[in-house]
Amino acid sequence: MSYLLALVGGVVIGLGAATLHVLIGRVAGISGIAGRVLSADPSERDWRSVFLLGLVFGGALMLFVAPGQFSTLSSEPSTLRLILAGLLVGFGTRLSCGCTSGHGVCGISRFSPRSLIATLTFIGAGVLTVALAS
Amino acid sequence: MRLTSSFIAGMLFAIGLAISGMTNPDNILGFLDIFGDWKAELILVMGGAVVTLAAVKQLTASQRQPVFDVKFRIPTRRDVNASLLGGAAMFGIGWGLGGLCPGPAIASIATLEPDIFIFLAAMAAGMLAHTKMEKHLEKGN
Repeated sequence: MSYLLALVGGVVIGLGAATLHVLIGRVAGISGIAGRVLSADPSERDWRSVFLLGLVFGGALMLFVAPGQFSTLSSEPSTLRLILAGLLVGFGTRLSCGCTSGHGVCGISRFSPRSLIATLTFIGAGVLTVALAS
Repeated sequence: MRLTSSFIAGMLFAIGLAISGMTNPDNILGFLDIFGDWKAELILVMGGAVVTLAAVKQLTASQRQPVFDVKFRIPTRRDVNASLLGGAAMFGIGWGLGGLCPGPAIASIATLEPDIFIFLAAMAAGMLAHTKMEKHLEKGN
């Protein structure tokens, strides 16, 4: 992970979120979009589905251009660990109404104290988990 | 145009995630490993995204409505409660266990890696469990 690529990638992520905001007035919070693509208001389903398709398509495009940017964990996590990770990420992001994108990027960019506190909490919990579980 | 905009936004988001290296779980775990061999780059990813989004919003602040829709739908909640803290803590633990959060996991579907599908299936189950719980609580009230 180079510093330049990290910064350029961050700017492109910001442009993606800005596109959603300026053009259709929605927040690019991935957990909210994924979690509510089927369950919530049917009139909100279309843009969410299409956003997720774009996310998959953009990933596929980059996999073609720069496959080295994708890789699985070198530590090869057990299936049980991945399942536990997925359950916690799915339930936790819905309970706290956001993940790295919704709280960490969109929330912080509008100076939401709620999002800042959520972001510090999940980074803190992640730091503790890595320190204790590795 | 509304749907095309959403597709392009999702695509840009994924391209940014891949360029930055968020799609490699080792980079995430390296960032969280503050007490070990710390990789600080993720700060630049978040910083770059936050500043870019804030700058575009500032530049378009006079806009009364989105270009292809009737109104902005921006979260307005300001309360800090147990759900926010507990949920964020759960998410952080899961993030630290797998090195994956929702965006990069979905953007990695094309790798066809079994690990990604296992994670996403469990994530969907966790989200559904939350929806069920919410409905159950609503009924209780």
